[in-house]
Amino acid sequence: MSKISKHFEIAGDKIDSMGEASSEIKKLLKTLGLPAQAIKRTAVSMYEAEVNLVIHGGGGEGFVEISPETILIRFEDKGPGIPDIDLAMQEGYSTAPDHIREIGFGAGMGLPNIKKNSDELTINSVVGEGTTVTIKIDLTKG
Amino acid sequence: MEISHSVALNKDLCKGCTNCITYCPTEAIRVSKGKARIITDRCIDCGECIRRCPHHAKIALPDSMRDLEKFQFKVAIPAPTLYGQFDKRFSIDRILTGLKHLGFDEVFEVAKAAEYVSDRIIQELAKPDKPKPLISSSCPACVRLVQVKYPELLDNIIRVESPMEIAAQIVREKYKDIKDLGIFFISPCPAKITSVKAPLGHDSSTVDRVLSIKDIYLPLLEAMSSNTEIEHLASASGRGVSWAVRDGETEAVKPISYVAVDGINNVSKVLEKIADGRLDEIDYVEVMACPGGCVGGALTVENPYICKSIVTAKILDLPESVIEPDNLEKIRLDWDTKIEPRQIMKLSDDFGEAIEKIQKMQMIQQQLPGLDCSACGAPTCKALAEDIVRGKAEITYCVFVLRERIRKLTNSMMELQEKMPPPIDNN
Ligand SMILES: Nc1ncnc2c1ncn2[C@@H]1O[C@H](COP(=O)(O)OP(=O)(O)OP(=O)(O)O)[C@@H](O)[C@H]1O
Ligand code: SF4
Ligand SMILES: [Mg+2]
Repeated sequence: MSKISKHFEIAGDKIDSMGEASSEIKKLLKTLGLPAQAIKRTAVSMYEAEVNLVIHGGGGEGFVEISPETILIRFEDKGPGIPDIDLAMQEGYSTAPDHIREIGFGAGMGLPNIKKNSDELTINSVVGEGTTVTIKIDLTKG
Repeated sequence: MEISHSVALNKDLCKGCTNCITYCPTEAIRVSKGKARIITDRCIDCGECIRRCPHHAKIALPDSMRDLEKFQFKVAIPAPTLYGQFDKRFSIDRILTGLKHLGFDEVFEVAKAAEYVSDRIIQELAKPDKPKPLISSSCPACVRLVQVKYPELLDNIIRVESPMEIAAQIVREKYKDIKDLGIFFISPCPAKITSVKAPLGHDSSTVDRVLSIKDIYLPLLEAMSSNTEIEHLASASGRGVSWAVRDGETEAVKPISYVAVDGINNVSKVLEKIADGRLDEIDYVEVMACPGGCVGGALTVENPYICKSIVTAKILDLPESVIEPDNLEKIRLDWDTKIEPRQIMKLSDDFGEAIEKIQKMQMIQQQLPGLDCSACGAPTCKALAEDIVRGKAEITYCVFVLRERIRKLTNSMMELQEKMPPPIDNN
């Protein structure tokens, strides 16, 4: 039963607390003594997904499960959904509105960044219903 | 790992208050039995506790002025922050001459070396294969903060020697024929004292002794007032002296994009952002543990903001760049050993066991009130929970838990009292 589960409620209207869930997980991983590279990959992937959940998904829930073999991260929102996931995955593609771009987001690099840093990325999305992003980090490969 | 430190506690002065524990950036202090205790594995020698302690019980461990007697030929290498400790009546020449009156045979300005370091950093920034952003290594407290809290950023740290080490090497090379040469760094902080005792990036320091600005302040003031003739000794540029102040280093390096941050807690926040990959577009991050930069060092005398104003005014009279550069051929400009992570946060070497400890910690935390009052001697309720699973504390250190347990105990006793057998109960 060597497993840690964490649950987060993430508000969609609190831009100042954005990233707190990722930050908490990052600290937790350090207490586990994981290698720096694994921490970095997890932190970057989770942060990008958390930001997307707030900025595009209007907030929602985060679930993190840590076992000796894998870290599983899942973000669920009831936002607008993603009509074309392949397009969303492309570097530089973003629908972020101007005011969000003003604060340094919306380069369209978040999802590609998650892809690069994680071992598995699955996006389930239904337009008008919401989006679930699942990220897996494999800890057995160091 | 045995780590050498230069921050310590004066037990007689410590009142066991909680000022230091709440401000320590690495949660390295606990209060037990009415006295503070530094957990040496966690301490990064930033000096924040020295600044915060209202009873002056936290002290630094610099060398003593008496050590001047131990060397035949003594060279002082003052940090540029020293120039901001005395107002405009005291020119840099006058301060340097004062140092010679104190017993030093020669002086060499660390600010001069700071300019060479700036040039070296510019070369590093131009290399294409470097991680982004590069993080300055000039504040050793910040480097140690990365070691203990952000080991994933160790590769981002610029592997260039500090101005102090380069100044010391230049002096060592210049006077290589002199036996019994003593190089004395005049330091604004404990962090740099530690860098001499337990160096970062090289095996041993070229500096022989470190004196604090605080300790040297009054003797130097006295030496300066008896100055008859002021020698012309200042040869550093404004570009080098400006390193004493936040932004100075960045201005000397001129990166295309940068973040310059001072104060250890602000530094933590910026490092956090780098770790999240949010500053990948930035070239350079200047990090300084003290408020305002080295002018706010814990072993300085003048107020940081006034010190900054004095330094800035003195820079106006200096050339922009060094006029007569030293020969750097034989000087080691880069670190040659690896900076290892100091994994203080790790709960166990065994992953499964670490997970169990985290689960236990979460359960303990639910029993604690979450007030972070520090009365237990730990900085936060979470830190107490961590201490408990590490076997270093008991849950009853929490006064609220203790009160609750005593109340329960009292209730049980009262209940028993009601149920005393008649022969014993004589009421
Ligand atoms: N949770 C979500 N709900 C709805 N749309 C999303 C969600 N996550 C991503 N998207 C869509 O996918 C696009 C690409 O996301 P990505 O994270 O790659 O870039 P971005 O968020 O626009 O910019 P950046 O991450 O660089 O700040 C977004 O602009 C948005 O249209
Ligand atoms: S900012 Fe300067 S004075 Fe303060 S700890 Fe760092 S090097 Fe020392
Ligand atoms: Mg994004």
